[in-house]
Amino acid sequence: MLEDTRYEVVKGRIFTKTFMIFTFFVALMVILLGIRFFKGLGAVTNLSDGYPWGIWIAYDVVVGSALGCGGYALAILIYILNKKEFSPLMRSALLTGALGYTMAGFSVIIDLGRYWNTYGFFVPSRWNPSSVLFEVAVCIMAYTLVIWVELTPAVAERTGWDRRKVEKVVMIAAVLGLILPTLHQSSLGSIHLISLGKLHPLWHSGFLPLYFLSSVILMGYAVTSAESLLSSMYFGRPYETPLLKKLTTYMVYIGFAWILMRFLELLLWGKLPLVFKSGLYSVMFWIEIALFLVPSYMLWKLRGELTPRKIFVYSIIYLFAGALYRFNVYLIGWNPGDNWVYFPSFMETLITLGIISFEFLIYLAFVKTFPVLPAKEV
Amino acid sequence: MNGRFIVDGVHEGMSRRDFLKLLTIATATMGLPVSFVKKLEAAIKAPDRPPVIWLHFQECTGCTESLLRATNPDLAKLIFDLISLDYHETIMAAAGNQAEAVLTHMMEKNAGKFICVVEGSIPLKDGGIYCQIGGKRAVDILREVSEKAAAIVAIGNCASFGGVQSVDPNPTGASGVLDVVKDKPVINVPGCPPNPYNILATLLYYLTFRKVPELDKYNRPKFAYGRRIHDHCPRRAHFDAGRFAREYGDEGHRSGWCLYQLGCKGPVTYANCPTTQFNDIGVWPIGIGHPCVGCTEPGVGFHLPVRFRVKPQEVVPPEEYPPIKTREGKVTVAGVAAASAALGAALGAAGVAASKLPDKEVEKHGGGKAEKS
Repeated sequence: MLEDTRYEVVKGRIFTKTFMIFTFFVALMVILLGIRFFKGLGAVTNLSDGYPWGIWIAYDVVVGSALGCGGYALAILIYILNKKEFSPLMRSALLTGALGYTMAGFSVIIDLGRYWNTYGFFVPSRWNPSSVLFEVAVCIMAYTLVIWVELTPAVAERTGWDRRKVEKVVMIAAVLGLILPTLHQSSLGSIHLISLGKLHPLWHSGFLPLYFLSSVILMGYAVTSAESLLSSMYFGRPYETPLLKKLTTYMVYIGFAWILMRFLELLLWGKLPLVFKSGLYSVMFWIEIALFLVPSYMLWKLRGELTPRKIFVYSIIYLFAGALYRFNVYLIGWNPGDNWVYFPSFMETLITLGIISFEFLIYLAFVKTFPVLPAKEV
Repeated sequence: MNGRFIVDGVHEGMSRRDFLKLLTIATATMGLPVSFVKKLEAAIKAPDRPPVIWLHFQECTGCTESLLRATNPDLAKLIFDLISLDYHETIMAAAGNQAEAVLTHMMEKNAGKFICVVEGSIPLKDGGIYCQIGGKRAVDILREVSEKAAAIVAIGNCASFGGVQSVDPNPTGASGVLDVVKDKPVINVPGCPPNPYNILATLLYYLTFRKVPELDKYNRPKFAYGRRIHDHCPRRAHFDAGRFAREYGDEGHRSGWCLYQLGCKGPVTYANCPTTQFNDIGVWPIGIGHPCVGCTEPGVGFHLPVRFRVKPQEVVPPEEYPPIKTREGKVTVAGVAAASAALGAALGAAGVAASKLPDKEVEKHGGGKAEKS
């Protein structure tokens, strides 16, 4: 198999207090989704003709799928750069990815005004292959399937299926798992190429696909680090500090490169003055840059003496950086006309919280049912 | 003779299709939903529908002419089928004492039930001696008939506001019905002549609902007189754009531009002429290039010269244009609170988690605290 690492099932009851809190939010979401599906988007959201995409796309789909890219980012390291030592992190990263992508796909259906037309996606005669959105939809749906397939060894180990049969499928899935996110994560940036005139020039750029793709790899490493540290702490398991330290190196590279690209583009396209002249947009731009710069600098400066806490904190900052960049492109820097305003409604936010809670819920249940986290060395 | 000039059998002389078509037009004129066509039909077919007594005073009979010459479908005929017209001096065969006898008879027989239609103004000067029928003064006839009537419908500008005869110096003291009758409901259907559909619709409304339709301050039914001609004028865009005909036959006039400079009274006149139009072929004064003279408006029609330019009630064309950009979307306090709380919770949770993570090199097997379960 591609990985020789041993994994183990986390011992413990599934129905803990934390689990119940998440269940509460999920239950709340189910009720609100009932309202949304029967009474329409207007009954639940603050979406409008000016802002047809709100927090459900900006967070649940774009940031949500980016947070699910841990498996993809690790696969680049493990399979392309042949850094096999990162394999122990792979399965849990895949699990977060599977959950992130499944809920991203689900969010798209929630967000579709005429969700009953979703079936058209499975009817080739109704496809529009020239559409970036179509590419995103195909890839996200395919990749969701791929991640779950990549997770089947965990299920196989638990249920006692023949692992070798599973592995053949998993091999193909692993290859697809490298291709698909490259395509659609960059496409999530390509979508906004069309927003020329609506997306503020600080963010609108021909390099949007590159920015999205590179920052998603960074976010993938960051989310893997944070998730690994959190699960180690929560389940009382050893910290993967040495591995994570190596991972931070890649984050620093990408982080600095990303900032460099942004400024290079602004400079070469003559947009540099905008970083001071655009009011709120300038502020948001600088917060975004700072969120990329601070962890990159700190991780580079502290590279020898990193502790679990420091890795966690800077990983989280990276996640906020990537998330803010995506919010800036999808909502904050995006202006359909000065007469439009958008801020997510109470119920809209609760549904997003419900989706996040659902991911935590399944994660907690999954790692206690199937071997996902790396085995303790005895 | 029983006083009915033409038989009241609804289906005689017209097909059911034509009949319903007419009722639909009348219903639409009243601004009622199509479901009311059936109610109208029932009211017309009801054996006890109130008869109509039609009085003529100082006038040109143009209103009756207008009714008689309506063509869609055979309105002149239909009106007698539809309403039970028991007395009409112009078109009844009877004359002289015989006619007067019919009037008295019908009035006594239907006391308190019939509708009295008045066409023409009532002269009040010198005791009302300037218009007499059968030796009776118009004002006395009106008082006598209106006393026994259920409601009075004043047809035309004369009966409504005095008409052309009431223009200064008003030698006969010509007055509208409202100046004479104070104790009965009076519906004014002004115009010179009024649109036949407005007359018909007003009568049918009363027959169907047995009440007076909603009226404006001049007692005109709002369904027909509720809107300003200027606001529904097909030439309104020319007014707003400043394209005016300045002389009859000039380029603007021939191009169908706004007739305001020629004295059109549309800006101060309320009627449904632009939408209902006349003669069933879609003509009306402004449509054929003549300025509106304001014949439905007291103090405007006949009182102001045709060439006189009225002051538009709205000097600036529209009060306000619909904005090109309207403020859309909303920000709710609860939404901001929820989003802030969610962000805060995320930061807080990250903070708590960070504080629990060891800030020192840990042994590979170190591990955190055990899970509480």
